[in-house]
Amino acid sequence: MVAGRTVLVTGVSRDLGRTFARTLASDPTVDRVIGVDVIPPRGDLGDVRFVRADIRNPVIAKVIAREDVDTVVHMSVIATPGSAGARGTMKELNVIGTMQLLAACQKSEQVRQLVVKSSTIAYGASSRDPAMFTEDMEPRRPARSGYSKDVIEVERYVRGFARRRPDVTVTLLRCANVIGPRVVSPLTSYFRMPVIPTVLGFDPRLQFLHESDLHRVLRHAVLEDKGGTFNIAGDGLMVLSQALRRMGRSNLPLPGFAFGGLGSALKSARVADLSPELVAFLTYGRGVDTTRMREELGFEPDYTTVEAFAEFVSTLPPPPRRAEKALAAVAEQLPPVDEDRPAQLSPAGGRHG
Amino acid sequence: MGDAEIIPIGTRGPQGRGTGTRPSSAARGLAPKGGAQRGADAKQPPAKRTPAKKAPAKKSAAPAEARDEARDEARPVVDEHPHDRPSVVPPPTSEQTSEQASRAAAARTEDRSPLAGIPVGDWLAAFQHASKELFGDQWEPQLARMIAFTRRRITGDYSVDEYGFDQEVTERFFMAALRPIAQKWFRIEVRGVENIPAEGGALVVSNHSGTVPLDGLMTMVSIHDQTGRHLRPLGADLVFRLPMVGTLARKSGATLACSEDAERMLRGGELVGVWPEGFKGIGKPFSDRYKLQRFGRGGFVSAALRTGVPIVPLSVVGAEEIYPLVGNVPSLARLLGVPYIPITPLFPWLGPLGLVPLPSKWLLEFGEPIRTDEYEPGAADDPMLVFNVTDQVRETIQQTLYSLLMQRQSVFR
Repeated sequence: MVAGRTVLVTGVSRDLGRTFARTLASDPTVDRVIGVDVIPPRGDLGDVRFVRADIRNPVIAKVIAREDVDTVVHMSVIATPGSAGARGTMKELNVIGTMQLLAACQKSEQVRQLVVKSSTIAYGASSRDPAMFTEDMEPRRPARSGYSKDVIEVERYVRGFARRRPDVTVTLLRCANVIGPRVVSPLTSYFRMPVIPTVLGFDPRLQFLHESDLHRVLRHAVLEDKGGTFNIAGDGLMVLSQALRRMGRSNLPLPGFAFGGLGSALKSARVADLSPELVAFLTYGRGVDTTRMREELGFEPDYTTVEAFAEFVSTLPPPPRRAEKALAAVAEQLPPVDEDRPAQLSPAGGRHG
Repeated sequence: MGDAEIIPIGTRGPQGRGTGTRPSSAARGLAPKGGAQRGADAKQPPAKRTPAKKAPAKKSAAPAEARDEARDEARPVVDEHPHDRPSVVPPPTSEQTSEQASRAAAARTEDRSPLAGIPVGDWLAAFQHASKELFGDQWEPQLARMIAFTRRRITGDYSVDEYGFDQEVTERFFMAALRPIAQKWFRIEVRGVENIPAEGGALVVSNHSGTVPLDGLMTMVSIHDQTGRHLRPLGADLVFRLPMVGTLARKSGATLACSEDAERMLRGGELVGVWPEGFKGIGKPFSDRYKLQRFGRGGFVSAALRTGVPIVPLSVVGAEEIYPLVGNVPSLARLLGVPYIPITPLFPWLGPLGLVPLPSKWLLEFGEPIRTDEYEPGAADDPMLVFNVTDQVRETIQQTLYSLLMQRQSVFR
């Protein structure tokens, strides 16, 4: 670790990128942090220097050269078009932006490290999936469109860059769905709906990563200088029905085809964006193996899947939970009993693997 | 019920042998204890209840007066629970009084407002009684346990493993539902259960039959009841594509039959079940019963070789006869995307009744484990070796099937 590093962070206009850039700037081993995005960030950037630049054009190469950037953190592979515009813009930003950024990095002599925040959506979701994906596995049904295709293409470019510049440490972090009180994503807006639609007859397995753990793992990757592809997720899994029960929200099971139609209706109503990838995820679920994260990257998340979700739920308005209260009242009249739940599964699925 | 308050029969009307103040000894002898009230209450006109209500005031003062009044009213009874009865049923002190009280209460429902509802005390008594009936004398802890379970379920305070296995609900519901079918309907007899390792990974390989994969479910419940271990079945991807079925399969411990999941489970020390014949096995015609089909591509052997776990061959006799498959509708099956549409002697002719499996007698025999940890590390990549081990497992199961069929007296016994 050489003191006085200069880190370039892309995608700082969004909350996750902005807060990460800020925490990185406060680190003593990091000299300067430069934030790059097309639109200015809404919140406070702290010590981060903001450069308004579009990573889709070669200006980014000049920024990297002028500022003597040695570490690039690429966080602007986005799942929602949001304020950036329509799906076309999103694809441009994701794929062309990554291409330009990687081209600039390849040109630059100073760049020593590249950290890319990818997503487990690269594995897709289908009925033929193995229970837990390891880093070497390919998606069973390659995505033909949408965000998951963007992610796969971005990863392909990143691998190509790693081949061409073996001297640069390339860390590809495939993060599970990030959840937390401040996260705005298709999945969190889905969970914030008053009545939550589900796919009838399917109970997907979910895995979450707390937003603070996302910051920690990115920082860890920047400081530790370990190359490779890593799955990043909280320990354990939970199924959707369990998550909904923990929230105490009512749900509305819909047959698969109606669920897809509802997705587009909700999107036009701007309530939630149930994209085809999210629909597949909410039908079949996905689990990723985090052995390599623990053993090679040396990172340990603070929050398990269940804890991360619990913290997200605690920021939502509390549900009535009438049935639970009634049962609690009856239980108080009865003598206490020792727990008779199965002992084997105590810490949410265990952490073997 | 004091004697003084009862005006027994024979004290009314023209003076007989009785004195009017005291019934004759014969009358006293005839009067059953409390029996007088029964007749009187039944006869009592609904509107005339005032004397009864006045009674307690006079009861202590002058029993004679009360009796006079009773005579005027032409009813020989004085109510001993006058005021409180319409509202609260008194706590039963003895069998007799409670019987009377309930009778009296039943006779007087007409003056109660229907809006008054059932008093809390009644609810509690009924609830306690029902709980005792349901859970026996230990009803309180039993009920508390049940409530604790229900609360856990509705608040989501339970855990699933990485394959989506929900142990609690499997043990409490799925196993409990399948157990009577296994024990009472198919009368499953399990042999060689000592061949299943008590701990650590092992691969149970079984023949597959019966049109509907009931043999898998029955094997799961039998192994759980005999050894306490959960069999983790590997299912075809069709299972996980179907709504409900896929979810239930994951909750009960199944996962997709692919080498990644199989090896992962075996490394995790699970007891994994596999049916290598797949749909060729369960969908074969009845005439081919007990003839093993091709054992897939031997993927299960590679998984066992890579993880070094023993292979336990399992032969199931009886499952072939539950739904004798005599016909198939291939075109419809193709249209629906399923491997076959079964036609059995009873299905679809009898409709839902045709779905009831025939009560054949089942025999499950676990064979001697085949060790795989003695081969050299690269053995799983040697196709010849994999084929040989596959054939060995297949032959073992086939031979055991023949010997079990010889021992069987008939299909149903």
